[in-house]
Amino acid sequence: MAKVEFETPELKPWVDAPKVAPGAMAHSKPFVAKPEHQQPLGFPGELVENWKDVALEKMGDLLGRYRSLQVFMDACVKCGACTDKCHYYLGTGDPKNMPVARQDLMRKIYRRYFTPAGKWFPKLVGAVDLTEEVINDWYSYYHQCSECRRCSVYCPYGIDTAEITMAGREILASIGVGQKYSNEIIGKVHTIGNNLGLPEPALADTLEGLEEEVEEDIGVSVKFPLDQQGADVLLVTPSADFFAEPHVDGLIGYAKVFHQAGISWTLSSYASEAANFGIFIGNYENMQKVAQRIRQAALDLGVKRIIVGECGHAWRVAYSFWNTLIGPFDFLDPSYPVPQHICEFTHDLLQRGALKLDPEANDDKVVTFHDSCNVSRGSRLGSAPGGQFTIPRDLIQAACRHFVDMAPDTIHEHTFCCGGGGGLLTDDLLELRVKGAMPRAQALQQVIESHGVTHMAAICAICKSQFSKVLPQYGMGMDMIISVHQLVGDALIFDTEQ
Amino acid sequence: MLLGSLFAVLFYLATAILVLGLVSRIRRYARTPAPLVIPTTPAPITRSGVAARMFREVVFFESLFKGSKWSWLFGWLFHFGMLIALARHLRYFTEPVWNWVVMIQWVGVYAGMAMFVGLAGLWARRILVDRIRYISAPSDHLMLALLLAIAGSGIGMKYVAHTDIVAVKAFTLGLIRFDWQPLPADALLIVHLSLVVVLMLIFPFSKLLHAPGMFFSPTRNMRDNPREHRHVAAWAQDLSSTPSDRSQVS
Repeated sequence: MAKVEFETPELKPWVDAPKVAPGAMAHSKPFVAKPEHQQPLGFPGELVENWKDVALEKMGDLLGRYRSLQVFMDACVKCGACTDKCHYYLGTGDPKNMPVARQDLMRKIYRRYFTPAGKWFPKLVGAVDLTEEVINDWYSYYHQCSECRRCSVYCPYGIDTAEITMAGREILASIGVGQKYSNEIIGKVHTIGNNLGLPEPALADTLEGLEEEVEEDIGVSVKFPLDQQGADVLLVTPSADFFAEPHVDGLIGYAKVFHQAGISWTLSSYASEAANFGIFIGNYENMQKVAQRIRQAALDLGVKRIIVGECGHAWRVAYSFWNTLIGPFDFLDPSYPVPQHICEFTHDLLQRGALKLDPEANDDKVVTFHDSCNVSRGSRLGSAPGGQFTIPRDLIQAACRHFVDMAPDTIHEHTFCCGGGGGLLTDDLLELRVKGAMPRAQALQQVIESHGVTHMAAICAICKSQFSKVLPQYGMGMDMIISVHQLVGDALIFDTEQ
Repeated sequence: MLLGSLFAVLFYLATAILVLGLVSRIRRYARTPAPLVIPTTPAPITRSGVAARMFREVVFFESLFKGSKWSWLFGWLFHFGMLIALARHLRYFTEPVWNWVVMIQWVGVYAGMAMFVGLAGLWARRILVDRIRYISAPSDHLMLALLLAIAGSGIGMKYVAHTDIVAVKAFTLGLIRFDWQPLPADALLIVHLSLVVVLMLIFPFSKLLHAPGMFFSPTRNMRDNPREHRHVAAWAQDLSSTPSDRSQVS
């Protein structure tokens, strides 16, 4: 792999909107999917001969299937409110990374082929013909959007660039130009059941190792059950939790909580993945097929509840889409929300006094919290709007005495994406990932300087992987990023009677 | 009388295109399904909560306020200036003139000026801010020019070159009553009315569709209740979302 030379942005005391630098990131493109990554997902293996017709037909199809796309194509007035909101624009200065400009890559084609104004007066309204150049731009810039929805917060019409990026990627895949990283992973879930392609024996082995490790560490025999028929809870968690750092410490935290609460639970080797990259490529059918494994596993294992581990986009799919995609969940216990987030579960136990935490256990840390984009702007935790902000912070503060938030315009609904979401967590996009992490790194740098922050907690597998890779580029330790449930697990007081 | 007839025909035509164009767009928005629950969260859980969110968006431009204070200020001045100026124009369409329309006449003049200032501010940003200049097509500049010219010619008739507003009112009432009347041949009036006709004609084919569009924006008008309420669009239902579950396997 050719190594891309680039400069890590300098962290300043504040983030300024950069001057537009046309073409600054035009070279950034992820690897294109090979036929063996495309075909199992129902896409053509390589660029089809009549790609232009197929692309326009697909676009017309999507315009008729998604009200979001149809309304968003028409409604933009180019007010510019979104132009300085995207972390990729802030980190790169490439004007096509301004949300409105990213939308316009598709809007100019929409106007040309689907509106009278663009058919008759293309130059006047900025409409252009669909050419290879346009497709190249789409491939490049629809893979420089992490579908984080930050722009949609500030748009007077709620235009969500993620919806347009998803449509763009679906059109690209349908003419044979898919993205290798996402499509290869989706293929692995379809065949093996998780993003990593980890088969059942390897998973069982890993979990056994964890049991030994935890027992050695704290002297309590915490179990990590797999495929246990009749357990109360099916835990579905991102497969990175099984071995990646710092994710695995989060998984250990969940297991400790289950153990102490005395609730029987199990993982599934058939549905050993919470992540659902179907959302990233905008393809309803693949998203549904990935999710379907989880319904199947819940039925097969005869569980009463489904709980989802720490993962941002997975939670958006689970919370917002599962009921639509794979519901109704009438076979589960109706006294619990379906699905339930692990943070909701733990929070509930704490509130009922069923768990005791000793926050002094984390006295060596000063912690801040990174709101993950999909949890913040695409879903909810708890029963009231905004629970996605308060519940994780409640957990951290119950487990740790030193907590401080980052700047208000970088948290809650204003949070910055880590820079690696939306199917971009791949080394062929490393430059983009580093530059896109700048706004978050800047806010983190500020609280490190002002409050001596030592750790940033998160509830997303992608955020955790991304930060451990890119924070060192900004002179911060890769181990600064931790799981919320690591803090919980480390502070948990075990009832020695058990 | 020739002028009066010409403008009568133009206004009927423009009204027909405006109404039919908007109805067809709105029908398309309404009929296109929103297959997934995608409100930008935190979002209201109830219908009344959604109505309140939409009210804040329409009346206070809540999201724009979060996004850009200058665009918000100029945009709000423009839109609400225009609203009041339009309300002031009701005196040309009502006989006797409604009481509240009489009472806002004096405000309407300042509203017209606020509209002008707002538009000028928006145009200045479009030219001066490099990011907004980059995203502007010729039509974006022309739209502002058109609206500024409408506001300017209107203000001009108040302060520079008066027209015979009694005759204008006879003309507009004649339009409503299908009893065509002559129109005064004053330059500013002809410019003003011609540009309004142009605006009506392009409305259903331009970014002015943001007005009906925002009511159909799924990120703003959907409730955050996906766990409690199963939401399924017709085409997605056809994909047989939950095929017969596999038989039990160990």
